[in-house]
Amino acid sequence: MKWKLRLKKLKEFGRAVAKNKMALTGAVILSIFVLVAIFGPLIVPFSTMEFGAVEDMLQPPSGKYLLGTDDMGRDILANLIHGARISLLIGAVATLISMVIGTIVGILAGYFGKRVDNVLMRFTDFFLVIPWLPLMMVLAAILGTSLWNIIFVIGITGWAGTARVVRAQTLSVKERQFVERTVSIGAGNLHIMLRHILPNVFPLVFANTVLVAAVAIVSETTLSFLGLGDPTMASWGMMLHYAFEGGATAAGAYWYYLPPGICVVLVVLSFTLLGYAFDEILNPKLRVR
Amino acid sequence: MNNNNVIDIKDIKVHFDIKRSLAQDIIRKNKIILKAVDGVSFSIGKGEILSLVGESGSGKTTTGKAILQLAPLTAGSVDFLGEEVRQKDKAFMKRFRQNAQMIFQDPYQSINPRNIVLDIVAEPLDVHGLVKTEAEREEKVRIALEQAGMGPVEEYLYRYPHELSGGQRQRVVLASSMILEPTFVVADEPVSMLDASIRTGILRLLLELRDKKELSYLFITHDLSLAWLISDRIAIMYLGKIMEIGKPDLIIHKGAHPYTRALTAIMPQPGVNKRTERVILPGETPSPIEELKGCKFSTRCPIAKDICKEIEPLLEEIERGHFVACHFAKEI
Repeated sequence: MKWKLRLKKLKEFGRAVAKNKMALTGAVILSIFVLVAIFGPLIVPFSTMEFGAVEDMLQPPSGKYLLGTDDMGRDILANLIHGARISLLIGAVATLISMVIGTIVGILAGYFGKRVDNVLMRFTDFFLVIPWLPLMMVLAAILGTSLWNIIFVIGITGWAGTARVVRAQTLSVKERQFVERTVSIGAGNLHIMLRHILPNVFPLVFANTVLVAAVAIVSETTLSFLGLGDPTMASWGMMLHYAFEGGATAAGAYWYYLPPGICVVLVVLSFTLLGYAFDEILNPKLRVR
Repeated sequence: MNNNNVIDIKDIKVHFDIKRSLAQDIIRKNKIILKAVDGVSFSIGKGEILSLVGESGSGKTTTGKAILQLAPLTAGSVDFLGEEVRQKDKAFMKRFRQNAQMIFQDPYQSINPRNIVLDIVAEPLDVHGLVKTEAEREEKVRIALEQAGMGPVEEYLYRYPHELSGGQRQRVVLASSMILEPTFVVADEPVSMLDASIRTGILRLLLELRDKKELSYLFITHDLSLAWLISDRIAIMYLGKIMEIGKPDLIIHKGAHPYTRALTAIMPQPGVNKRTERVILPGETPSPIEELKGCKFSTRCPIAKDICKEIEPLLEEIERGHFVACHFAKEI
């Protein structure tokens, strides 16, 4: 009975997304990338360690290599497909970390208020005002360049905005009467936070998630481009990094640096479109009827 | 101490500090204090309905909340079944929270819009860990909802509050409040937000529960005729103080406090109007921030004398079970 109810709600949400042009565009672009990220690598083999023959180096797009080859003679299309998996994985996990930290900090600060709020919010402000790129670079350099370190670094630098938004919403929810009624029943703080505050701030968290995901993917690309990515992983950022290092721009090898760039832009665009659309769908005040 | 009493409150006070601007801080030395409840005492017996009647801002809701420890007590004590309620005593508080419930005025605000009816009604059970299996939980919710007059129950269990009418919501709130089988309930204007046609149903339900389970109520309302109809005793409140307390008929027909008489005079019952001349009170209720010397009602009282502005009258028993706080109670 309960899952039926959830299914019904999900369907309603799906219908709202289908009606919203922004959401639909974003969802279509993103699903294509997600499908490619999941199934592409199963069909197209690729490894950063396998170099092609000398005559295949830096070849423009042709029938054999649809998007040409790079300076090591590797197929760019195959690299792009494998890169989708890594870039999206980093984006998703880093976003998850950010959302969990942001939600917990926001709810705790808003709910307990006073000293807890002060301490947590000053901490949040610190993360909010510190220039994130240098911070990430320093962290990545200290921790070393592995995939999970990159995810960790992006995750712990991106939660501050969410924490602020969640705190604001918590402040308003906790003053509502059903919270007082729950206190009168004898419920503890944990019960109130999990059963009353969280469900009521969740739509906001959800809408925020997609926007944070967009930032996470840009961050990954930036870090990798600057040479702080995992060299064994063929992410889009790494492709751009190698393209730059290999002098693709000077050589006029547009097929080398354009595809990863366009992919990043498309994914970020789709996330942003979804984010704004979710905000509209989930926030009744912005909904146009 | 009378152990038949479910609730005994003694001289409770709820004062709030008002935040001031910096400029006010410099000009005035003493703090601004809002005295929402300023020395209220009464007791409620087993199966008794005590109505607390007063205008908005008279402190009646705050009194109810203070009894349930939902508003901070500045002074005074609350005894539940002869034992003092202390927030630090965790075991006692757990028992107290199970046995004392509150029904809020607005059924649109007092339930979480993101929970389904089943979860709303079962919440007290979850909080106190009283059920083990899902089936048992649902069964108890079913019984509670049926008792609250929500039938057919199946249809409502998995609905969200926005799919219910105001009356149905209030029934859900009632079911949730009654599921722990409390002994004392603070009902804060439980019907004032409902249509007249639904009111009677809810009121009848409250009275039925009282008869069946010997429930005691503190019934908070601004509607004197409603209080007259349902309660065993009525307390009239004005600016955080009780002006008069007694049996409904005494209050309505033989009200001794000038404020009570002003209230009864405007009651829409024809029989009452014939007896009393209409008293229209001059001015408005003073702000509870103001420091008033003497009787709090003296600024608007039609019979106020000099003594009223100097000495505050205490609640005095003018006849058995009828207390009045007025210097001239016996002369009227």
